[in-house]
Amino acid sequence: MSLNKINLNFLTERILNFFEKIGDLFIYYLEQGGRMVIFLLYSLYASIRPPYKIAPVIKQIFVIGALSIFVIVFTGLFSGMVLGLQGHNTLKKFGAEGLLGSAVALSLIRELGPVLTALMVTGRAGSAICAEIGIMRNSEQIDALECMAIDPYKFIIAPKFIAAIISLPLLTAIFDVVGILGGYLVGVGLLGTNEGAFFNTMISDVKFADIYMGLVKSVFFGLIIAWICSSMGYFVHMARNGGFGAEGVSRVTTNAVVLSSVSVLVFDYFITSMLI
Amino acid sequence: MDDNYIIKLVNVEKSFGSQKILKGLNLSVVEGKTSVIVGGSGQGKSLTIKHILGLMKPTNGQVLVYDKDINGISKKELKEIRSNFGVLFQNSALFDSMTIYDNVALPLRERTKMSEAEIKDTVNEYLELMEVRGANDKYPAQISGGMKKRVGLARALVLKPKIMFFDEPTTGLDVAMSNEIYRIFFRTQAKLGYTAIIVSHDVPKIFKLADYVLLFHDGIVEDNLTPEEFQLSDKPVIRKFVETTMGRLYSSEMEDIQ
Repeated sequence: MSLNKINLNFLTERILNFFEKIGDLFIYYLEQGGRMVIFLLYSLYASIRPPYKIAPVIKQIFVIGALSIFVIVFTGLFSGMVLGLQGHNTLKKFGAEGLLGSAVALSLIRELGPVLTALMVTGRAGSAICAEIGIMRNSEQIDALECMAIDPYKFIIAPKFIAAIISLPLLTAIFDVVGILGGYLVGVGLLGTNEGAFFNTMISDVKFADIYMGLVKSVFFGLIIAWICSSMGYFVHMARNGGFGAEGVSRVTTNAVVLSSVSVLVFDYFITSMLI
Repeated sequence: MDDNYIIKLVNVEKSFGSQKILKGLNLSVVEGKTSVIVGGSGQGKSLTIKHILGLMKPTNGQVLVYDKDINGISKKELKEIRSNFGVLFQNSALFDSMTIYDNVALPLRERTKMSEAEIKDTVNEYLELMEVRGANDKYPAQISGGMKKRVGLARALVLKPKIMFFDEPTTGLDVAMSNEIYRIFFRTQAKLGYTAIIVSHDVPKIFKLADYVLLFHDGIVEDNLTPEEFQLSDKPVIRKFVETTMGRLYSSEMEDIQ
């Protein structure tokens, strides 16, 4: 066999391998996407069909919502403060410091409140949801439920979905209020913006449509966080490159937090473009 | 199909990528009897149980439970079939964020309309039957391996299943604890009359419990024999298994004469 022919065979093999890998990857992500969509449908159905049990939902609202309050208040306060600082300095250039109240409130209510709340909840509660379900899967607890003819979607997933959808708007509201307070402290307290102007512009400029937009976003973000984090934990055993053991769960949890955060930002754009 | 057969696997094949684990497996389980599955590690014993439970789908072939192909039925029908099952998992698979009491109470809370008072009585009765005492408020991580198995058994039996699956019920336990598990098995089967499928490495002790022995070898079932027939079988694969696990003591009379 000539050298050229060997080279050609080698090259063909490499090219084929490359396409094989691409195809493999494509099929994997297609399957994973399909699984996640079916998971979403099952979970939504499990959330709305009877019997309704209130105790597990309250427990999850505590885990996802109540335990996140501290971090939400903290980030909300500092986001509002930095908005006050930046807003004041920028508006001063145009001699429009009076509009600070409206600027702080609108940016928080329409955009920063829902998005930052969702990102914080993803980091704090989304990761916990994913790891918890992943460990349940790996230690055969989900199999055990199925064998007992107990629907894991109804028993484990649905309470988390409902709790996330209820908690996110409430946490967002807290974020907004604390953020406005932060803006007030810096803008009025430190930098001397007129208090009356601060609140008057806020009252006249913030419309119900703005609050509605924030509310819609936060509900959607709650759904996205619950969906992505639960489903990735639920399918940890099907994850690429081995989803087993502690390392598998940790890798999938990292991926869930990243995907969930990115999805929040992507969907934020689309929801805004639909509602604006 | 024979009426006595409650579970039947027909030419079941299962591959993971290019690796074929089950290679056209045929298996039947007789109602009300105890079938013991033996064989070396990695022969697909636990995998087969997972197929019967509907947790895995075969690449080819049929898994029939109560004459129904469990991969061709609706979720609702599968749930109905599974309501007859009780499973003791290899690692017990207890819910680690729930107490022992809640673990055993869970099937009753989710699947029956019993009041909390009735549930309490039933759970305590079963935990007593398993000789698990004073651990109601503990979590699975706080109790021993043997106790976990017994709690797992209580949870599996609490709804009075018609078919019980035991995946290596005594692996990792000392002799006394293994005997304890077998005693509990005897007692509960006599009381509830369930069909039992046991995957075990505990040869020859497990043969005392068995009505039928199935040897898994190279992705198929070698035979479905009574323990006596099994030990006297002339089939080379079975002979080899019997001699490796039980020694020459159990070899057939024929060989002894030679």
